[in-house]
Amino acid sequence: MSVVRALYAKPWIWSFVAAIGVWLVTIAFTGGSSAGGLAQAALTFAAFSIIVGIGQMFVITLGPGNVDLSIPATMTLAGTVALKIMDTNDSLILVGILVALAIGLAIGVINYGLIKLLRIPPIIATLSSSFIIQSAAISYNRGIRIKPPAALAEFTTATTLGIPNLAYFALLVSAVAWVALEKGIYGRWVSAVGQNMRAARMAGVPVDGVRAGTYLVCAVLASLAGLLLSCFSGGAALNMGAEYLLTSIAVVVIGGTAVAGGFANIPGIWGASLFLFLVVSMLNTYGASAGIRLLLTGVIIIAVIIAASRSPRA
Amino acid sequence: MNWLSADRLRLVVPALSLAVLLAAVFWIQPRAMSYTGLNLLFNLAVPIALATIAQMLIMTVNDLDLSMGTFVSFTACVTATFLQSNPLLGVLILAGCVGVYAVLGVVIYLRNLPSIVVTLGMSFVWGGLAVLLLPAPGGVAPDWIRAVMVSKPPFVPMAIIASVLIAAVAHWIVIRSAFGVVIRGVGGNERSVTRAGWSVLRARASAYALAGVFAVLAGMCLVGLTTSADANIALRYTLLSIAGVILGGGEFVGGRVSPIGAVIGALTLTLAASFLSFLKISPDWQIGAQGAILIVVLALRLVLNRHEGRTAR
Repeated sequence: MSVVRALYAKPWIWSFVAAIGVWLVTIAFTGGSSAGGLAQAALTFAAFSIIVGIGQMFVITLGPGNVDLSIPATMTLAGTVALKIMDTNDSLILVGILVALAIGLAIGVINYGLIKLLRIPPIIATLSSSFIIQSAAISYNRGIRIKPPAALAEFTTATTLGIPNLAYFALLVSAVAWVALEKGIYGRWVSAVGQNMRAARMAGVPVDGVRAGTYLVCAVLASLAGLLLSCFSGGAALNMGAEYLLTSIAVVVIGGTAVAGGFANIPGIWGASLFLFLVVSMLNTYGASAGIRLLLTGVIIIAVIIAASRSPRA
Repeated sequence: MNWLSADRLRLVVPALSLAVLLAAVFWIQPRAMSYTGLNLLFNLAVPIALATIAQMLIMTVNDLDLSMGTFVSFTACVTATFLQSNPLLGVLILAGCVGVYAVLGVVIYLRNLPSIVVTLGMSFVWGGLAVLLLPAPGGVAPDWIRAVMVSKPPFVPMAIIASVLIAAVAHWIVIRSAFGVVIRGVGGNERSVTRAGWSVLRARASAYALAGVFAVLAGMCLVGLTTSADANIALRYTLLSIAGVILGGGEFVGGRVSPIGAVIGALTLTLAASFLSFLKISPDWQIGAQGAILIVVLALRLVLNRHEGRTAR
């Protein structure tokens, strides 16, 4: 019984167990030669999922039906516009970052405006706005690839003390989010709204402010991730955010955050992001075809979810 | 009893949006106002309507299927390969798919899993299977499906007949039959359904299985129209089907769904795409304009909800 209770207390444990397991299986195949490189690659690519995943986590924690589907489009638009404005010029980096953040803020405001003023369910509201954002990105640049400024490209691809800079950045974002969630009033409010919106309102929680703030945070993190991703990959592409639609939701839920809302979990996002990347690279290492890779990824995700499920019905 | 009951009222906005959109299309392109024109406009709505009904069944029991697009793609691939070359095996595979959906319904209920995540995982599974089956676009539609989809019944185009038929059958199952009442009950209040002596497990399994049946039909119809398949043929159906249900007056929770509305929602979404191409909007803004139409239609619902709030059911 005490073991069960310990697992209740740490819903994120499964994602780390799974990630380490997959890492071990992969380096077993290569004979340990690529263990370090693999861990480095995993940290780099997981950083993007972690950043967008944390935003998505706060949104999902707001309660049933809350999810942000505009993350991929936001990433694309922020990356495209910021890179075009910086125009490979190192001296404009600050402007570029501010523009990306402003785009995130604007999208957050629009998303919550649709949800609050027009009372559109969040899934559909963010879906509709993502269509418009995607169109804006297409018409702004028509998919022409502009190189990132050298300093930003250098920062996003380099490592410090053997650990990718992006991983440090993701750690910083996670730390801030963790403090806000566990120690700050904002986290209490988000959880309270997610557990019972009416009760939260009666207890004096500024429900609308909290929800608006959360959609803003999510959009800003997405725009930041979009900027970093486009710098990392040497230019913004129109479909570059696409895979983060499912990934951002998957890392949140595999990481042990309650889908029904009210209970968030940041360490789990790290475990789940590393896990998802490692699964794909494990299957690559074993030479699996694209079909097999997708198939096994799905099977493994479901297996982890079932293994981690808390309460089987009596 | 007021004739304009709340449930009927919920259909007014979707129906009105469709009518306005259709009128606008006729205004811009009068030639669309013909047998062939209507058929062309609504052809592709048939598989979308079927997928929307499938999504609606899942939403009836308060779940959401994020694998709808990949699943319809997979069934389309099966239809264009096995069902064509080896009908018996093809039928077995498709029946197996329906079985998998029933199992999903059971597992999600028994283990108390979030449907969003399980179906997210399944979307990888179906996508992988589809790529394994058809790594490159190909396959051939079975002749009989092709024949049904391109048939030209007198007076009313096939696409319209099919849509009406889908709406009628789904309406009968979900609104009129005892089974429909039970699954809507599961969405509305699971405990009261249990107390009334019904098996929630069985209801959820059948709702999922039935959704599987409609999704399989969607894949078959799609191949009948396109004559061949590929692994990514229907990926956008996931979001289209959810949007269709919501446009049609359905809700994410509470078992409040409208099959007729869902079909109208699917027709509206299809028509919106044609409308925009008639408007000669720059291709860059095609998707964006679709998003805008979605927002406008849903904003109209706000007015309706206010009214409903006043009449208080």
